[in-house]
This record gives sequence, C-alpha cells and structure tokens, in this order.
Amino acid sequence: MKAKIRITLKKGVLDPQGKAIEGALGSLGFIGVENVRQGKYIELEMAETDAEKARVQIRSMCEKLLANTIIENYDIELA
Amino acid sequence: MKSAVVVFPGINRDRDIIHALTTITGMKPVTVWHGEQTLPDVDLVVIPGGFSYGDYLRCGAIAARSPIMADMLAKAAKGVLILGICNGFQILTEAGLLPGALMRNSELKFVCRQVKLKVENNRTFFTRRLAAGAILRCPVAHGEGNYVAAHDTLRRLEDEGRIVFRYAENSNPNGAVNDIAGIMNEAGNVIGMMPHPENMIEPLHGAADCRPLFESLKEAA
Repeated sequence: MKAKIRITLKKGVLDPQGKAIEGALGSLGFIGVENVRQGKYIELEMAETDAEKARVQIRSMCEKLLANTIIENYDIELA
Repeated sequence: MKSAVVVFPGINRDRDIIHALTTITGMKPVTVWHGEQTLPDVDLVVIPGGFSYGDYLRCGAIAARSPIMADMLAKAAKGVLILGICNGFQILTEAGLLPGALMRNSELKFVCRQVKLKVENNRTFFTRRLAAGAILRCPVAHGEGNYVAAHDTLRRLEDEGRIVFRYAENSNPNGAVNDIAGIMNEAGNVIGMMPHPENMIEPLHGAADCRPLFESLKEAA
C-alpha cells in the first residue's frame, strides 16, 4: 500500500520561505498571488494491506517523527 | 563536576564544548556516541551544536529519536542537568524536553555574528555566577533559530521565569518571539539556547564574557 503524506505549517505560524516565494513570484510578474505557504510531501510504501491499519500506523509516524505537531499539520492519502 | 558530551553524526561543536568544560570546570567530559543505550553517571549532559543528520526533515528531528535519547529522557526526569546549545537546543525541543520549536530565521539567512545576550534569569545552574540583567557578547551561527511556541506556552514561560536568555539591544538575529535566545524546563534542570557561549570564554575568542556561565557549573555537582 502506498501512502502520500502532506505536511503543512499550521495557520498562524509565520512562513518566511512562503513569503520569499511570494515575493519572487511577484517579481516575475505573477500578480494577485497571496498566502504562499511551503510544506513537505513524503511518499512511502507499506507492507500493510488493510487501509485502516495503515492509516493508524502512518498517523503514529506523523506524531512521532514526520511532523512537528507544535507547528505543523499533516494529511494522509492512501493509494 | 562530572559531565558528558553527546555526539550525533554531523555535530561539529563537540571539541569547542569539551575545551570549555575541561578548562573551566577542571574535568574533561566523557564523550558519548548517539548509538549508545545509556549515558554514564554524570552531573551534566551537554548536546553541542552542529548539523546532526544534515538537518534532514527538520533540524534535530532525527537526532531526537536516536537510541541514546531514551536514557536522556530518563536522566532528565531524575534531575540530571542537561544543556543543549544551538543544534542541541533544536534536539531538546524535538525530543519534547523543552517546549516550542525553532523555525527558519525570519530573514531566511544563516546568521553568523556576535549578538548581545541578556541574562534574564540568574537562578539557574548555568547563570548563577552572573547578575540578572547582565549583558554578554556572544556569537550565534544558525539558520533555524527563530523560536516559536503556542500562545499559552509562551505565557507560562514568561510568567514562570523560564526565559533564561534574551537577545538584547535590538540584536535579535532570527525573529525569535519575545527575543527569546534560551529557555529552561519546568524543573529547571534542562536549558536550551541558540547562541554559542563556548566560543566566548578566552581572549583568543575576542572576549571572555561567557566564562561565568561555565564557572556556574562548578557549583552544580
């Protein structure tokens, strides 16, 4: 089973990298772009075939390592 | 005072801290590799600065899950003194020994320069030889030192006197909230800070402003 995990900064946490990207897009002439937020994307494959069990495991991976839940949210997609 | 310095792959300030501890406290620390299961019986454990695991995933994230960290958590709960400097501070927050997180510097640049550090709390194992409000010149060298914490966590840190160091005189190099440069845990036995006091202890460093910090450790045993 393949999992796709998206890790994003929580609302309200300042994202200086997103701000820099926003500035660069502006200087390239892309007008009207706002609230650029940079995140992480992680793909992994699991031996587990049961989707619910896989989801529980990935949630635990996110809580323990993949995300820092003080500043980040995560979102899991199974395929 | 017996001490240990924990080394992770990618840590590069271990020799600096070993030199500081040896020359000022008079005892050479034991060096412990991160893959060990137990820490020796010491009064103080230091996690030095550097770039553990190349800062992969998040600064300090992988190191914080190293085998040695289980014993570090156990020793911290027993009151053993723990000091994390720079990447060491990031590792302590990732391990949950200190609250909050260290994010990318607000200016997006790696900063390597001298700052002014104010001793906010002088009733700690690392600051007791200094007066509250003392200003120290101290170098910083980091790309992720922008301290953040949830609103209620910040209020607790402030109300409980757990801000140990603050950047003073407009020298905040990274955008850290409330100019926070170093904090401690509730029990006061774990301190983390972004600046490098081990690089400001003798004339060759330009000044010895941070020497009293290490002299404070002599009373810690």
